[in-house]
Amino acid sequence: MNIIVCVSQVPDTTTKIAVGADGKTIEKNGVKFILNPYDEYAIEEGLQLREKFGGTVTALTVGNDSSKDILRTALAMGADKAVLISDSGNSDTFGIAHSIAEYAKTVVPDLIILGRQSIDYDSFAMASMVGELLSLPSISMVSSWTINGSSITAERDIEGGKEVIEASLPCVISAQKGLNNPRYPKLPDIMKAKSKPIDAVTGASVPARVTTVSMELPQTQRRGIILNDSEHDITELVRLLHEDAKVI
Amino acid sequence: MKIIVLLEPSGNSIKRSSLESITAARALGATSIHGFMYGGDANSAQIAGEYGLSDIAHTPATEYSSTAAATSLAQFAKSESASAIIVAANAAGKEIAPRVAVKLEAGYIPDCVGLALVNGLIQGTRPVYAGKARIAVSATTAMSVYALRPNVFTARKAENATSVNVRTFTPQLSESDTRVKVTNVIRNEGKLDVLEADIIVSGGRGLKGPENFHLVENLADKLSAAVGASRAVVDAGWRPHGEQVGQTGKTVSPNMYVACGISGAVQHLAGMSSSKVIVAINKDKEAPIFKVADYGIVGDVFDVLPVLSQKIGAVTGK
Repeated sequence: MNIIVCVSQVPDTTTKIAVGADGKTIEKNGVKFILNPYDEYAIEEGLQLREKFGGTVTALTVGNDSSKDILRTALAMGADKAVLISDSGNSDTFGIAHSIAEYAKTVVPDLIILGRQSIDYDSFAMASMVGELLSLPSISMVSSWTINGSSITAERDIEGGKEVIEASLPCVISAQKGLNNPRYPKLPDIMKAKSKPIDAVTGASVPARVTTVSMELPQTQRRGIILNDSEHDITELVRLLHEDAKVI
Repeated sequence: MKIIVLLEPSGNSIKRSSLESITAARALGATSIHGFMYGGDANSAQIAGEYGLSDIAHTPATEYSSTAAATSLAQFAKSESASAIIVAANAAGKEIAPRVAVKLEAGYIPDCVGLALVNGLIQGTRPVYAGKARIAVSATTAMSVYALRPNVFTARKAENATSVNVRTFTPQLSESDTRVKVTNVIRNEGKLDVLEADIIVSGGRGLKGPENFHLVENLADKLSAAVGASRAVVDAGWRPHGEQVGQTGKTVSPNMYVACGISGAVQHLAGMSSSKVIVAINKDKEAPIFKVADYGIVGDVFDVLPVLSQKIGAVTGK
């Protein structure tokens, strides 16, 4: 099975965010970048499928030189190959989906796996966009699935339950937490991954379809009424919820 | 400006998030708004008239396919020469909208918590970086697609209800449009999902063990609320993943969110900070959850929850 796993580099969740000089993106200086946590499930799923069905796992990212770190993590986990598609840095979600799709057309994978969202922009859009650009079926937020020949049966989370979905290979899926338990790369594999080649591909640049007008840090406009645990104060909280906030 | 709103059937009505989308389209001053519904019973959409929507196109479908729904919606929007499409940023909307945007070469703005008309362009506001920043985004294309975070926009009835005319829209579907289909839906019976609840009571590590969650469940009962959980207690196996609120769980915006024994790590805040009213109970007065709380009680959940449940029960009559 020929599998592409798409990974992305994101700021560590605990990083403090500041607005950059352009007023539209974050200040990148001092920010620690990591492999998007959901992508670990995507890589693990690719590796497990390769162990079961044979084939190759190609880790792919759209980015710049600094993105090589996450490709090396994927290689250390066990990916066979790594591809870095260079990007102007100005691409929107569609532009990145377009670059992934253009690369996929050259290798014709059986399966493209992504994390359900990247934790920077949380768009949840990549699986559907890549699927659409390649005229392939896509299933997002897959929490469990089986592959039988070319048939796929998957479960995905919806409001108040789960959907059971049938589709067929080739296909694009995005991985939900719980799909598997991602392995930790072993130290010798981390060392070996440092000298493995990373294929450089030049991305096909397309005009952005959305543009950020401004970025700001949200101001909390909360009431901030902090009480203590006396019975008097708990009674007061209930009164406030009932009479002021009117939520009960 | 002509806007298409995706209406999702739910039982014998349509989802509240669909009504929120209609209200948002009206607030933008659309010259005309048209509803589009894929599958379900077209008569269930009559309620849309109370929200000012008079024209609904319906594509009948015996089974649900996200790709066929996307193709149908895109073809309908094109046939209407619409300039914008609004969907809910829920499980269905988040799968359909990116495909529709690609088909129509439209800009896609997901997870909007605000929509405004600025110099003739629709600008979406959305949280990014776990809610630590917000961006205003607009499309550079003639057509644009917006997904609205559920329960952030308020569904408001129109001053004058209109009668609803439902017409059938027949899309041109190819074999590739139906290669993915829903064959079954498994409902969580007897349990309110955090994504569908007006009130959520969530428990965290402060509960000290799964055996103490009855304190959270009891308060939830008094409020007819769903039970939620922090990542820590889900990872520890105390509660199921379906209850997890936060960046690696579900993003919710209930009318009231009660955080019990949850410190308020940034990953948790990412999933609940757009709640309308936030109540925090934590014994650590420095806990970050108090920084986003409307109301807080500094105290031990084991002392506070029984008293609070009893007093809230006296108000709600449960």
